[in-house]
Amino acid sequence: MSFLAHDVPISWYLLLSAALFALGIVGFLIKRNLITVFMSIELMLNAVNLSFVAFASQWHAVKGQIFVFFVMLVAAAEAAVGLAIIIAVFRARSTLAVDRIDLMKL
Amino acid sequence: MHLGTWETKLAGPDSLNSNRFTLIYNREGFFFTSMHLILFLLFAAFCLAGAVNLLLQTHPINSSLSLIVVMTSLAVLYLLLGAEFLAIAQIIIYAGAVMVLFTFVVMLLNAGREDRTLGSRAARPIGLPAVVVILGVIATVIIRAQGLGAAHLGQGLTNAPNQSNLVLLSQILFHELLLPFEVTSVLILIAILGAVALARSDGSNADANERTAAK
Repeated sequence: MSFLAHDVPISWYLLLSAALFALGIVGFLIKRNLITVFMSIELMLNAVNLSFVAFASQWHAVKGQIFVFFVMLVAAAEAAVGLAIIIAVFRARSTLAVDRIDLMKL
Repeated sequence: MHLGTWETKLAGPDSLNSNRFTLIYNREGFFFTSMHLILFLLFAAFCLAGAVNLLLQTHPINSSLSLIVVMTSLAVLYLLLGAEFLAIAQIIIYAGAVMVLFTFVVMLLNAGREDRTLGSRAARPIGLPAVVVILGVIATVIIRAQGLGAAHLGQGLTNAPNQSNLVLLSQILFHELLLPFEVTSVLILIAILGAVALARSDGSNADANERTAAK
């Protein structure tokens, strides 16, 4: 059990980040609900944030954490606008299935 | 961990408590040496399980609840990487504000189970192998990369013992990056106004509802 005495390699964090990002892409592709597709995008943003923090920890640089802070703020604004768009689409179409929302006009 | 020495100072060198604290924090016990690894494996498993559950659930409310699990576990991983401020911000902004918004919209729109349609058949055979290939390439690059190093628990961004990285973060955020920080507040204000303008119902939306109902 000698490996237990060591710290966690940065590459494990990066692999976890890549796996979460891939799961986000899969969700974006196979989910048919507009809200769940939007959640998959949030999952991908979080995965990228994790690798930013991991690299900031490796290089002892605070810039990576500041980047994550701005990503969080922009993601919060994006979630507010995106969910408002989803509400507007649901009002116009009465459905959330992405296959039925295939026209740009009302 | 700075906490150990701090607590020892508080308790005083002669008191009985100091022995207990040095026992816990003297980096010799099995739990301390492998604590980072155990916590990482535990919360990485939570993350992946939550993300897989997000894909497997057909009801959007279950998906949003598993996304909350993912985000809270990510906050713990940020703590392990020495980003205390981001861990708290992750819980407050993401697991708190953003996911409450998601859950609220799911309940507001009364979103039921998603129905399988013809479109999803095209995405699976083309998209899933592409995702596997992308993940394989990224994983190969990461595994073969040299000099990535390891994350040490309790290590801040500087070697100064009494400086948390919150001090560094705020110094850069409020001196060098003050203008982008303030511009972000304007961006959020515009986003709020846009969200209100988009989600507000007026007469034209009611007409559109009737049109879709008539079809």
